[in-house]
Amino acid sequence: MDWGALHTILGGVNKHSTSIGKVWLTVLFIFRIMILVVAAERVWGDEQDDFICNTLQPGCKNVCYDHFFPISHIRLWALQLIFVSTPALLVAMHVAYRRHEKKRQFRKGDQKCEYKDIEEIRRQRFRIEGSLWWTYTSSIFFRLVFEAVFMYAFYFMYDGFRMPRLMKCNAWPCPNTVDCFVSRPTEKTVFTIFMIAVSSICILLNVAELCYLLTKFFLRRSKKGGNTKHHPNHENKEETKQNEMNELISDSCQNTVIGFSS
Amino acid sequence: MNWAGLYTVLSGVNRHSTAIGRIWLSVIFIFRIMVLVVAAESVWGDEKSAFTCNTQQPGCNSVCYDHFFPISHIRLWALQLILVTTPALLVAMHVAYQQHQEKKLLVLTGHADPKHMEEVKKHKMRISGSLWWTYVCSVVFRLLFEAVFMYIFYMLYPGYQMMRLVKCEAYPCPNTVDCFISRPTEKTIFTVFMLVTSSICIILNMAELVYLVVRACARRGQHNSNPSSAKGSFYKHKVSSEYKQNEINQLLTEQDGSLKDMLRRNPGLQEKGDRCSAC
Repeated sequence: MDWGALHTILGGVNKHSTSIGKVWLTVLFIFRIMILVVAAERVWGDEQDDFICNTLQPGCKNVCYDHFFPISHIRLWALQLIFVSTPALLVAMHVAYRRHEKKRQFRKGDQKCEYKDIEEIRRQRFRIEGSLWWTYTSSIFFRLVFEAVFMYAFYFMYDGFRMPRLMKCNAWPCPNTVDCFVSRPTEKTVFTIFMIAVSSICILLNVAELCYLLTKFFLRRSKKGGNTKHHPNHENKEETKQNEMNELISDSCQNTVIGFSS
Repeated sequence: MNWAGLYTVLSGVNRHSTAIGRIWLSVIFIFRIMVLVVAAESVWGDEKSAFTCNTQQPGCNSVCYDHFFPISHIRLWALQLILVTTPALLVAMHVAYQQHQEKKLLVLTGHADPKHMEEVKKHKMRISGSLWWTYVCSVVFRLLFEAVFMYIFYMLYPGYQMMRLVKCEAYPCPNTVDCFISRPTEKTIFTVFMLVTSSICIILNMAELVYLVVRACARRGQHNSNPSSAKGSFYKHKVSSEYKQNEINQLLTEQDGSLKDMLRRNPGLQEKGDRCSAC
């Protein structure tokens, strides 16, 4: 189970996303996960081995490294990426549930069912409206929250985004104050700034997607409100369909039962 | 065989699980196995090489490391995850057995065309009858394994927090020696994370158990309250798996009987494989 498996899982969600959502997913996988795996992990690979303190005191290096790096950048980014990509699974679960309902309806032999076979149901793309809209919007909201929380945690732990060359450490058992030198500080700063920049782009994309969904929702509502004035009996297409479906299911149930008893 | 292989094996079970079961499987794979593979393994990667003791005595380092870490956290979590995910295979085996029975029934009733066979393979089994008991057992075993490993963890590493410094007096270390652990804070963070997800999984398993028991009681209550209502119970009875099993058994017995008649009338008739056992 690695980043490739996550890509497989999330690739399926892509079909039901908005265009901004698709762009976000691409940015996530190419500019964040791929950069993390092919480049950043190598830069941080020797972070402890090459963290050198100006002392022969055993244990001083370990303690100073632990003091200045409570959690490594790499691990923080890995956790951030996992948390940020998982809300999309809410959408995947909702879509799977809807598909399951449509398949059940199809198998019951509903005349109003507009699908020719099961394969068409499986391939169909659902419109983001009704309860799916709420699930989708919640997933974007959670993504935003997780991104913001991790950015803040990063800033709080490392006091800015720059990696210093030299750190002064006086934790026990180091004698007095000891100079400790970080390995590849400039390269680490470059990658940190890159990851922060891409993270900000992802936040902007999420905010844009949220605005797009809200705008679409209000436009649809105002159009519906305008139509209702001219057509007082007009209902939402989806609610009509749902009502018809419920009626048909209860009718077929009764007919079957009556059929058996006779 | 690695974690990806386990994922392939278990994602098939997903189809026959309850909704809570599917959430549990997602939590296991994304928040436990994936975090273990992409993050935790690199944190514990240098646990022995960077374990430093304040002595130059050869052998002291190794002995102290072995004394304080009888089994590494990473290996303990890997064992826990393997043991916790494997009870789901009981359900997979039972489903495969039921599908085999259904296919046999189709063959006996003369509906053995590829379309029906595919339908048997694809349709989702209802968790009722003996499958319910298998499913509940698998959930109980999961809970048991989770609890046992949490306890082992607590016994081996009381407090869950990783110390920066441990004092070691095992031979050949001279007197008491200070030993320093590598990345203790990062290890503590990941230990707490894995503990929290383990607790979430335990809660999900308990919720699934309660859901299954309540559903079974509700179904039983419905069945008891309408014993004489022909309309409702006949329809429900028709779709129940016990009814299906009775039909299968009946057909098999009839088939046995007709087979014996056939053989008595035509003694030279050869039968293949498992039908011979019916003679």
